[in-house]
Amino acid sequence: MKQSKVGPWIAIIIGTLYFVVPLIATFEFSLRMRRGEYSFDSYAIVLADPRFQESFLYSTFQSLATIIVGVLLVVPTAYWIQLRLPRLRGIVEFLTLLPLVIPAICLVFGYLRLYNSSSWLPMTGNDTATSVLLMFSYVALSLPYMYRAVDTGMRAIDVRTLTEAAESLGAKWPTILFFVIFPNVRVAILSGAFLTFAIVIGEFTMASLLDRPAFGPYLQLIGANRAYEPPALAIMAFMITWACMGFIQLFGRGARGAAIGTV
Amino acid sequence: MAQQSGIAVHQPAATRSGLSQVTWAIIGVAPFFLFALLFLILPTGFLFVGSFQDADGNFTLINIANLFQPLILKAYWTSIKVSVISAVLGALVGFFLAYAAVMGGLPRWLRPMVMTFSGVASNFAGVPLAFAFLATLGPTGLVTAFFIEYFDFSIYRAGFRVVSTWGLILAYLYFQIPLMVLILAPALDGLKREWREASAILGASSWQYWRYVALPVLWPSLLGATILLFANAFGAIATAYALTGSLLNLVTIQLYAQIRGDVLHDQNLGYALAFGMIFITGLSNGAYIWLRSRSDRWLR
Repeated sequence: MKQSKVGPWIAIIIGTLYFVVPLIATFEFSLRMRRGEYSFDSYAIVLADPRFQESFLYSTFQSLATIIVGVLLVVPTAYWIQLRLPRLRGIVEFLTLLPLVIPAICLVFGYLRLYNSSSWLPMTGNDTATSVLLMFSYVALSLPYMYRAVDTGMRAIDVRTLTEAAESLGAKWPTILFFVIFPNVRVAILSGAFLTFAIVIGEFTMASLLDRPAFGPYLQLIGANRAYEPPALAIMAFMITWACMGFIQLFGRGARGAAIGTV
Repeated sequence: MAQQSGIAVHQPAATRSGLSQVTWAIIGVAPFFLFALLFLILPTGFLFVGSFQDADGNFTLINIANLFQPLILKAYWTSIKVSVISAVLGALVGFFLAYAAVMGGLPRWLRPMVMTFSGVASNFAGVPLAFAFLATLGPTGLVTAFFIEYFDFSIYRAGFRVVSTWGLILAYLYFQIPLMVLILAPALDGLKREWREASAILGASSWQYWRYVALPVLWPSLLGATILLFANAFGAIATAYALTGSLLNLVTIQLYAQIRGDVLHDQNLGYALAFGMIFITGLSNGAYIWLRSRSDRWLR
């Protein structure tokens, strides 16, 4: 049966235009800083801005901390659920999906009221504590993606046999978890990690409301005050996102599952 | 799927400590539940309880009633409008793109390209997305300039503003469409070739195939994904805030201002505002899960 290819081609062409034109326009705009000629001045200015460096560094550390804590939280949980507590699977999956249901701004609103400086667990008292709180809120934000990635990886390997093999060789559970299970789900962990990085690096709402010097609020500040730097920053952000997704594909090749960005 | 065995079944080496193994497992998942309690359940519960309390902590429904004042109703309405339009448009365009890439009979290299780009674009949101659309459709943006230069047509004189509801919807589509493509591609893969062939042998036209075979199978996925897109746009704030400042009266922007400075002059009304948002996204996600369970039956 022969089907017409005109419709699909039109869809692809219109789609390509809609998605590529803003990128070209943003790039072109970012080059306009010098009157009458194109230059990379806006990029040079952004890169030399100490606030850019500080906030980018801060958000990079935040995302690394988020990834480490998220992995330490999710991998053992997915492991025990798979191995010994399958009856808890439903409730755990429900909990990991909650951050998709509760808007981030509502979550952080709850934190601000629950953990304010006069509460039972003051986490907004000083900068370090607030940074820790921000890190935990990022762990919550990335939980759906991290858990799904790791859980898919965990289902693809035979957790039970691996555990029994290690046990019969005399391994205790920390050894099993860190030296047997972790290496076997490292592809899943990596794809969860890069997705987390892509989410955390430019996150605005939580960082802004917790008043931490992160990259997202910096972007917003520049956007409100400058003309040519914002498009330069947008191009950089797009390249970072692209790199994260590229790494996921690169490492995920061969190991199916954990589709990018699917919810 | 061999992991359904319960706790008591099997365990060669566990005769000595069947119970302690389970105890270890419970200790192992305890941090996760503690985290969920502290950073998901309690904060939400706090907002929920606060919505039904007055300033002195007594039970009241006044906050919920106060949500129905014109300013707040309008904020909810604007948010719902932006989310619904961007979800429906995103779903339609995303459907055609996914269809073209998956089963349009186009060259093979197109599909991985479309999927990869969708992965990137669906994650390209927040503040940078606003910058991109300002640079594209802003008063001195490239597309604006292009229309003036080549068609002698100013979209701004024609009434378009990038800092507007439609400007925001156009920007939201940049992540809504790819998200739809990502969700829908697997569902389209689930349409079996035999169904199309069988209907063709029975003399069905292409239209009849879609009307009586494909769409009935796909509609739970389509509708479910649309609902997900809705919730996705409804809770978003960064793009809107960076694009329009506080010009657009979205409920997220309203809540943001409330958290920063109690602009409603009523803490508990703020909780109710947040609770109303969770109520709406919760309802739509519930509908999504229900539809998802229906679509899974066919697309296994």
